[in-house]
Amino acid sequence: MSEELIVPTMAEMMAEGKQPEILFWVGSAGSYDDRAKKITRAFVKILNKANVNFAVLGTEESNTGDVAKRAGNEFLFQMQAVMNIEVLNAYEIKRIVTCDPHSFNCLKNEYPSLGGNYDVIHHTQFIKELISSGRLTLEGNTYKGKRITFHDPCYLGRGNGVYDAPRDVLKKTNATLVEMKRHKRTGLCCGAGGAQMFKDAEPGDKEVNELRTEDALETQPEIIATGCPYCNTMMTDGVKFKEKEAEIKVLDIAELIADA
Amino acid sequence: MDYLPNIIFAIILIAGIGYFAKNVQKLIRNIKLGHKVDASDHKSERWQNVMRIALGQSKMVRRPVSGFLHVIVYVGFIIINIEVLEIIIDGIFGTHRVGLSILPESVYGFLIGSFEVLALFVLVSVIVFWIRRNVIKLRRFMANEMKGWPKSDGNIILYFEVVLMVLFLVMNATDSVHIIEATGTTFQDLGAGNVISQYMAPWFNGLSENTIVIIERTAWWLHIVGILAFLNYLYFSKHLHILLAFPNVYLGKVVPKGKFNNLDAVTAEVKLMMDPDADPFAAPPEGAEDDVPAKFGASDVMDLSQTQLLNAYTCTECGRCTSECPANLTGKKLSPRKIMMDTRDRLEEVGKNIDANKGEFKDDGKQLLGDYITNEELWACTTCNACVEACPVSIDPLSIIMEMRRYLVMEQSAAPMELNTMMTNIENNGAPWPYNQMDRLNWKDE
Repeated sequence: MSEELIVPTMAEMMAEGKQPEILFWVGSAGSYDDRAKKITRAFVKILNKANVNFAVLGTEESNTGDVAKRAGNEFLFQMQAVMNIEVLNAYEIKRIVTCDPHSFNCLKNEYPSLGGNYDVIHHTQFIKELISSGRLTLEGNTYKGKRITFHDPCYLGRGNGVYDAPRDVLKKTNATLVEMKRHKRTGLCCGAGGAQMFKDAEPGDKEVNELRTEDALETQPEIIATGCPYCNTMMTDGVKFKEKEAEIKVLDIAELIADA
Repeated sequence: MDYLPNIIFAIILIAGIGYFAKNVQKLIRNIKLGHKVDASDHKSERWQNVMRIALGQSKMVRRPVSGFLHVIVYVGFIIINIEVLEIIIDGIFGTHRVGLSILPESVYGFLIGSFEVLALFVLVSVIVFWIRRNVIKLRRFMANEMKGWPKSDGNIILYFEVVLMVLFLVMNATDSVHIIEATGTTFQDLGAGNVISQYMAPWFNGLSENTIVIIERTAWWLHIVGILAFLNYLYFSKHLHILLAFPNVYLGKVVPKGKFNNLDAVTAEVKLMMDPDADPFAAPPEGAEDDVPAKFGASDVMDLSQTQLLNAYTCTECGRCTSECPANLTGKKLSPRKIMMDTRDRLEEVGKNIDANKGEFKDDGKQLLGDYITNEELWACTTCNACVEACPVSIDPLSIIMEMRRYLVMEQSAAPMELNTMMTNIENNGAPWPYNQMDRLNWKDE
């Protein structure tokens, strides 16, 4: 495909006797889902542009177990967690960044008591850090004046109280940020959480992502910004369902910033 | 026979408080059916929460209309109840407005005056609450789980409050005959404190002194009996939150909402599985059998924690959780409020079973899962925490849903088929989809 990305793995780093400043936890969606892979690539583009000394686990990474835990399978979760922790601790990982709020929450909150203690941040927090430390500069013209509405991922917002980082980053694009009526702590779920992504919804009169897309459409946005691969899928489907895909794009903040 | 009223008063008071105390004991016993919780962490944060969320009503006022009205009723309730102290002393000792023998007229007048103003405000607020429930019919009060008893319960409390406030004001308005010892005047002639009741006093002008005294005494007696009745009604009603909100908020979640607990029992088994030196056939160490819980997750109230059971008693069925639940908003069966109501109903049922069987629970062939809460409700949850965020008293319906999912998956292997496929994929290739682990980095070159 497009340009060449520099993606060092921990194994390569280790062989060269180097330690990255941060580990990029790609996550299952970011590794395998076609839409989410674009987000992963966009984020790496940012990391490369800002000359961040990072690494990925590559084939040594496994599912965090988050989705199994939310489904009720604590055994599978802890098996996955213990396996991942063994790898992470062997590489003496200190800091982790991820584009997936579910991995973020799980690594940050649920791994410590199983022996995995890391400083875990969401990619929007890391991008904010890169911008404010001057390591990443944006031209700021691509989205100038565009109407962007941000959909809060549950596990980033309510789950961990991170509401400002994604918004602060979006403001740097000189776009016009418009809020949906339900936002921040009252933000409505996209419908994918709690393992719903992997099953059909129970009988009801509407899909959750339709309702959330309606919230977004009310703000008459040109772009719906997301910070979670699952939210991205749900909102993309919602926009298609409403037949608005010609006018409205659904983009992850990493994708927006990579082009800003 | 002069002491007859005092004796009757004392009997009513003791009976009223005694019956309530008996029910509180029952309530505590029922809560203790749950697993013990350790809340010795985050002490200062817990107290801050009590001050801010419970005392300070910070989450109530996020919805300004109901929040503001609630603050009035809440402040009114607490402050007007100072008056109960005087009523009790007067009742026991046969005095009349004993407060005036202790406090200067101005202070007493200021107190009673504030009570009267608050009583009027409470009256108005309660009427607005009634209109919201019965005339405007707000969506969250009309849900399926709010039919029958829960609906009447909500209204009965409002009627109670109307009656109590009216009695309080009438009692003051008609206090125009009895000469108060400390001042040598009647309450109405005191010229202080009757801020509102002075406008009601003329309504009784045409009546004989005797009749006015009878009205005043009746209002006085009904007021205190009403308060005791209300106190005892609490145990049977959703209104327990006025007491339980405080401990409940103290015990509320103090870690990030996204953080779910890790089951220690599972950790022990996982560690054993991952340990290459472990001998699977080794006899368990002495006493270890007691550590293994009977089951993973929860299928009945006894499998829940004491905090979760306290949550159920604290829930006042306001429905803010349900009104923000994405599943409920899109017509699914799940209602976080119903999860709490079901938990309490089942707990009450278990409690009655224990009462009927001399202190021991006899298997009744029923449980919370299935008989109260269906799988369909549990699987509709997106674990988004909207319900937890919305609750003004830090109830966590999500934690109960999760415990029951754990039971379904780990004890019954009863997950929806698609989820089983997803979990099998994770087991086999470390991703929820059937992709090869070795392809994990392919995105790099695509």
